[in-house]
Amino acid sequence: MSNTLTEGGAKGRAGDKVFSGLTLFAGCLILVVLFAVAAFLILQAMPTFAADPAKITGGEGFWVYIWPIVIGTLIAAVIALLIATPVGIGVALFISHFAPRKMAQGLGYVVDLLAAIPSVVYGAWGIAVLAPALVPVYGWLAENAGWIPIFQGPASQTGKTMLTAGIVLSVMILPIITSLSREIFLQTPKLHEEAALAMGATRWEMIRMAVFPFARAGVISAVMLGLGRALGETMAVALVLSSGALIPSLIKSGNQTIAAEIALNFPEAFGLRLSELIAAGLILFVITLAVNMIARWIISRHKEFSGAN
Amino acid sequence: MPQLTTTSPAPVKRNSLTKNQLPGWANWAVLAGSLILGAALSTLIGFNVIAWALISAALFVIAGYFVTLSVEGGRKAKDRFVTNIIVAAFIVALLPLVSVIWTVLAKGIPGLSMGFLTTSMNGMTGAVDNASVQNGTEVLGGAYHAIVGTVLITLWATIISVPIGLLAAVYLVEYSKGGALSRAITFFVDVMTGIPSIVAGLFAAAFFGLMFGPGTRTGFIAAVALTVLMIPVVIRSTEEMLKIVPNELREAAYALGVRKWRTIIKVVVPTAISGIASGVTLAIARVIGETAPILVTAGFVNSINWNVFSGWMATLPTFIYRQLMNPTSPTNVDPSAQRAWAAALILIVFVMLLNLIARLIARIFAPKTGR
Amino acid sequence: MKAIRFGRAAAVLSIAALALTACGSDNATGGSAGGSTTPAGSGVSGTLSGVGASSQDSAMQAWIAGFGKKESGATVQYSPDGSGAGRKALLAGGAQFAGSDAHLSDEEFTAAKEVCGPNGAVDVPVYVSPIAIAFNLKGVKEINMDADTIAKVFRGEITKWNDEAIAKQNEGATLPDTAITVVHRADESGTTENFTEYLHAVAPKVWTEEADQAWPSSLSGENAQGTSGVVSTTTKTDGAITYADASAIGDLGTVKVKVGDKYVAHSAEAAAKAVDQATPVEGRDNGDVSLNLKRDTTEAGAYPVVLVSYHIYCTSYKDQATADLVKAFGSYVISEDGQKAAQDAAGSAPISDSLREKAQSAIDSIKVAS
Repeated sequence: MSNTLTEGGAKGRAGDKVFSGLTLFAGCLILVVLFAVAAFLILQAMPTFAADPAKITGGEGFWVYIWPIVIGTLIAAVIALLIATPVGIGVALFISHFAPRKMAQGLGYVVDLLAAIPSVVYGAWGIAVLAPALVPVYGWLAENAGWIPIFQGPASQTGKTMLTAGIVLSVMILPIITSLSREIFLQTPKLHEEAALAMGATRWEMIRMAVFPFARAGVISAVMLGLGRALGETMAVALVLSSGALIPSLIKSGNQTIAAEIALNFPEAFGLRLSELIAAGLILFVITLAVNMIARWIISRHKEFSGAN
Repeated sequence: MPQLTTTSPAPVKRNSLTKNQLPGWANWAVLAGSLILGAALSTLIGFNVIAWALISAALFVIAGYFVTLSVEGGRKAKDRFVTNIIVAAFIVALLPLVSVIWTVLAKGIPGLSMGFLTTSMNGMTGAVDNASVQNGTEVLGGAYHAIVGTVLITLWATIISVPIGLLAAVYLVEYSKGGALSRAITFFVDVMTGIPSIVAGLFAAAFFGLMFGPGTRTGFIAAVALTVLMIPVVIRSTEEMLKIVPNELREAAYALGVRKWRTIIKVVVPTAISGIASGVTLAIARVIGETAPILVTAGFVNSINWNVFSGWMATLPTFIYRQLMNPTSPTNVDPSAQRAWAAALILIVFVMLLNLIARLIARIFAPKTGR
Repeated sequence: MKAIRFGRAAAVLSIAALALTACGSDNATGGSAGGSTTPAGSGVSGTLSGVGASSQDSAMQAWIAGFGKKESGATVQYSPDGSGAGRKALLAGGAQFAGSDAHLSDEEFTAAKEVCGPNGAVDVPVYVSPIAIAFNLKGVKEINMDADTIAKVFRGEITKWNDEAIAKQNEGATLPDTAITVVHRADESGTTENFTEYLHAVAPKVWTEEADQAWPSSLSGENAQGTSGVVSTTTKTDGAITYADASAIGDLGTVKVKVGDKYVAHSAEAAAKAVDQATPVEGRDNGDVSLNLKRDTTEAGAYPVVLVSYHIYCTSYKDQATADLVKAFGSYVISEDGQKAAQDAAGSAPISDSLREKAQSAIDSIKVAS
């Protein structure tokens, strides 16, 4: 074993150079691809920004057109994250630290599997099962909590609302958050955990003091990946949401997300309309960029916990 | 610390080891109590199973906390509380997921047959579907062409994106020293996760359109579009997994005189391989279900095509989408719905197999751990 | 032990893979393969690519199957991306023909001369599809409405099924006090354009918006993606009303539309009658068969809420083989066989004989670029 690892000399040095060169090339390739995509987006979106505002959908310019959809996108993503983050971390913890070992493996497997269900299926499930099931709940909410703006009635009769779309999204991103968080929780150094338990900590105290600090950066990464999918998800939202103008109520039909707007209107789009939709894609790009910058900033504050510092 | 001596205000004669501990049956007793009380409370607002379950669960969590608090103290109570909450989160998460799987199984299994797996939709028309509904005969037509397309396109996307993603992640974690380039790459990888899938498709279509003439659609273009979506997921998950490889391992290898690249290949990557495999599976899982980018890059066909470099291709998600949105026979949508759900089931089984393979790889290459 | 387990898994996987590879068949219907039973083939060969309306998908599958049986050497592929995408692809040279729920606009017609040679492109009607105004109301299968009432219902100005305006046109019918839920298309579509064109033409005072592929954004209401989406949403919601291709509405009740002083139910014949009233679009001198439908017709028995679906071909193609292939396919589509196949598969209404003559002469004008 040791002689295969330690064989040195010129061959090893060349290997080092080739390997680091390869990794550098891969890194740069990504930048090139991304710049190509960005250039494509900006080039195609240009006519929208140059166009006469009256010709844009809605007749009042691009920003008036895009603003409600941006808010709608954020609402959907926030609902999805609010539900999926705590539940996802809970499930990951359950699998990594609470469930019996045999059961945990099976569960991990099932969760990975769920990440793979295509969004069309989640969308179909949303309209076939979830939306009808939520109609009475929305009715009850509108009646008893209607004074809160987000539950303002009258409730949708089809259940195809923003809240339903948000729940479908949360179900979709849950496996992503869970799967990655679980891997990271499992990587917590066993010694740290055992040390905490040996000091008399309860299981929760051990998790709080040994597991969470270690895993924080990774979990935020996992949540960001989930957010990326929630922001960019097209088919499920397009199928589930009964879109419309921006309204505060989450239980009436209305609101729209950027990705769904693109998917719904792209097939029939032509000329300026097409450019508008691509510009909308560009905006989505920028939103993700901003969100990721914030996440990076949060992670950088916790860098000291990473193993490879 | 005077309170140390006063922690047990009412000393009960018991074994000193089990002192201040709830007996094993206490949890079950609390559960039973909450269920009964929950049933009583839920009848007040009109009984239904969901309300009953919700109220009982809330009662159970609260009661568990206070019962433990009174006997075992605050720290244990908090532990019990969190444990219950986490189990509750697990059950809450399970409900929709089980519902999704149940829906797919219940609607998909009737459509699964040897014919479905081994034939394409070539030559299938609405008239055939109408006839099968009227005569009550078997639904004809299958997803073989879509299975072939999914396998080939995903395979190509994986072949392209996994090496690039892995190498880039290695660069970020092992080689870059926090320089401008690595910060740029990290940042733009994050941005890449936000590319809406349809934009990736349009980009690939436009790019290859420039090279091979407008409107060129092949499976390979679809694979490139999927690559754009896959790479950031591969890099991000790999990066996280490489980061948590303990520095002690690297240092131990260096101390033995091992070259850096061999350290990475023989020590760092194998240590993280389980996580990397999981991340790659996740990346494949993310793109294997994509619909929109495939439609603009690979088109849609009903016949079998084995060549990714020429001719249009169908994949399972586009097949599902088309069957749901444009049923083969508009007047009788049931055969199409049945095919769509069966295809969804195949897709899930497919990913399950992939997962299995990733786990096998991880198990073969991963070093022995303490677990 | 471990190795054996891996080996077994690998064996199962490879056998499964082998089985899949070996058994794949393009012969789904179990009929005899195309080539042997085709005496009538004219020997055209090659692959024809079309992009266009998803609403044509079902009919297109029938045509592709039928044409494949007739001409064993030829294959046709069709990507149902949408009418706009289809016209765009044709004008960019990315497709050899487009399927569209609307004929080329004047702007597009001019643009087509750049890619399709000096004569530009021709629109050829391939089927007629009545748009049913369908609703879900227990025990009610038919309701009479005039255009003003329909427009008011879809604008949300009439909110109950037993509203005075509806009741007085349906004497004797028992209408429930159910709220009306309007369901419209979430995506842009030719169906919406034809429906709103009808409303704007016949009830201009109520429906002030110009016809558009997108539903007016100022109007609220439930929506869903695609024809199957609106139909399934309507089927699940009591009191819902929508508009959709008549072939897709299943068991829903339908509105009889007032034409002249009679109420007409949707049917293939009534739709064909309405199309016969249409006038050709002006300024097209290359044999193009675009139609201006007369929505406010008073012809007895005509059902004016119809959609005419077109194929758009170039008038010249770069080589003889492609031109022959396009002509063969185009002729098959409008032939009685082709129309019958579409009717059986998609439930569309066939084009009339007089329309077929014009369409055929447009297709005959297709030639090779000189």
